[in-house]
Amino acid sequence: MPGRAASRFLRGIEQGKILGQRCPSCRKVYVPPRGACAACGVATDEEVQLGDKGTVTTFCVVNVPFYGQKIEIPYVSATILLDGADIGLMHLIQEVAATDVHMGMRVEAVWCDPADRKPTLESILHFRPTGEPDAPFDSYREYV
Amino acid sequence: MMREVAVVSFAQSASVRAEDTRNEVEILMPVVHEAIERSGIGRKEIGFTMSGSCDYLAGAPFAFVSGLDAVGAWPPIRESHVEMDGAWAMYEAWVRLQHGDIDSALVYAFGKSSLGDLPDVLVLQLDPYYVAPLWPDAVSIAALQARAWLDAGHTEEEMAGVAARSRKAAMANPMAQVKGDHAVSDLMREPYLVSPLRRHDCPPISDGAAAVVLAAGDLARRVCERPAWIRGIDHRIEAHSLGVRDLATSASTRLAAERAGVDGAIDVAELHAPFSHQEPILREALGLGDGVDVNPSGGALSANVMMAAGLTRVGEAAERVIDGRAGRAVAHATSGPCLQQNLVCVLDGGVAA
Repeated sequence: MPGRAASRFLRGIEQGKILGQRCPSCRKVYVPPRGACAACGVATDEEVQLGDKGTVTTFCVVNVPFYGQKIEIPYVSATILLDGADIGLMHLIQEVAATDVHMGMRVEAVWCDPADRKPTLESILHFRPTGEPDAPFDSYREYV
Repeated sequence: MMREVAVVSFAQSASVRAEDTRNEVEILMPVVHEAIERSGIGRKEIGFTMSGSCDYLAGAPFAFVSGLDAVGAWPPIRESHVEMDGAWAMYEAWVRLQHGDIDSALVYAFGKSSLGDLPDVLVLQLDPYYVAPLWPDAVSIAALQARAWLDAGHTEEEMAGVAARSRKAAMANPMAQVKGDHAVSDLMREPYLVSPLRRHDCPPISDGAAAVVLAAGDLARRVCERPAWIRGIDHRIEAHSLGVRDLATSASTRLAAERAGVDGAIDVAELHAPFSHQEPILREALGLGDGVDVNPSGGALSANVMMAAGLTRVGEAAERVIDGRAGRAVAHATSGPCLQQNLVCVLDGGVAA
C-alpha cells in the first residue's frame, strides 16, 4: 500500500510524467513524494511536475555479480537530483562507460516504450548523459 | 515523591477495516496534529516524542521510523519507540517526564493491519519453539482462553452480553467501527467462528492511529482546565508459555491494579479486552464493582487498531476525566496472547491528596 502521494507518483510514471510534491512550509520538493515533509512534519499536497533531466550527485559502480542480476557488470547506480527537486532519486546510469560517470554529470531519463509503461520506476529504463556541461558543485552540494 | 504528570489531550482516527488509499503516515499525521493542537502546547515546545507500533504489520524492518514524518523531527528531537502498543509508549514517556528536565511529551501509535492476514501475523508473537510452529491463529488462541474461562463456571450468554453492550456503546462513538443494537438472544443464534467464539466475541480488524499529549505539573495546569492526572501506573507480565498459567484469571492485571492504586472510587473503566470473555476476566482482576461504567467507548470489540487500541483506552478514559464526565478512571492495555502483559493506569481529575 504505497499511500495517496506515492500512488499519484506511480500513476504519473505510467503516463511518462515525474510528479513530486512541495512542502508548504520549507518549499522543498520531494520525489517520489510520501505525502509528508519529514523535516517539517506537515502534509505536502502541492503537486509539482518535474522534468526528466538531472544531475548525478553521487554514484556507485557495481562490480559484484549476484543471483538474478539483470544488467551486465560493471554498471552504475546513482543518486540523481532532478531539476527542481530537493531530494535525490536512485536510478541506473547507462549508455556511458562506468569509468566516465562522475559527480555533476548531467543526465536524462530514458523511458521504455509508452505501451510498456507500468506504475513502477522500471518504466524509466535508465538515465544517460545529456552531453551538457557538468553542473557546478555548488548547485548540488546540499544534496550530496 | 513522583512528579505529577497528566494526559492533557487525545485524538484518534476513525477505525476502519481497510484504509485503501492512505499509508501509515497519511493516517497518522492529522491525528498527531490534532492532539498537539488540542494540548495547547506548541509543536516545537513538546519535550519528548514517543511512539508505539509494530513492524510486523507493515512487513518491513524499521517501518516505525516513517511515523516520524508526521511529527517533523528537524531540528533533531528527543524521541523513542516501543515495538508495542502505544500505552507502553505512554509509560515510557511518563518515566521520561519523571526525570524532571522536560515538561511535555507527545505519544502516538498507529497500525495498519489490513496489509496482511492479522490472525496469522500474530502467531509470530508466540513462543517460537513449541507453539508458533503449529501456527495457531490469534482467534484460536483466544478460543482456548475462552474455553478455560467457561470451564471455570461461566456462560456464552455472558460473552454475548459483553458484545451487545460494547456495540451499543459504540453507537455513541463516531470513531468506532462495529456498532449496533443487538439482543443477546439474537447474537447467541450466530454460528461459531472458532468454538466457543462467535464473530461478535472477536474484535474487528482495524486500521487507524491515536495520540495523546502528556504534561507535567504547572504546564498541565496552565494548558488544561482539568488535566487527567496519572495517579498510578503499573505494568506486569506473565509467563510466555500458555500452559503454565491459569488462562481464566489475570494475575498480572490484579498485581498491576494493586500497584497502580485501583480502588472503589473508580467510576469509568476503559479495558483493552479484544475478546468478549476477557472483559469479565479483567473486571474481576481489577476488582471493579457493578457501578463502574466499563468501556463507554465501545472498547476493543468495536475498534481494535493493533498497537493503538491500548493507547486509545488511555485517551478515552482521560477524555472523560478532562471533560468532567468521570472523576476517577482506570485505563487498561494488554499485549501478548491471552492477556499475557497488562498495563493499568489510574487517571483522576481531582487535586492530589
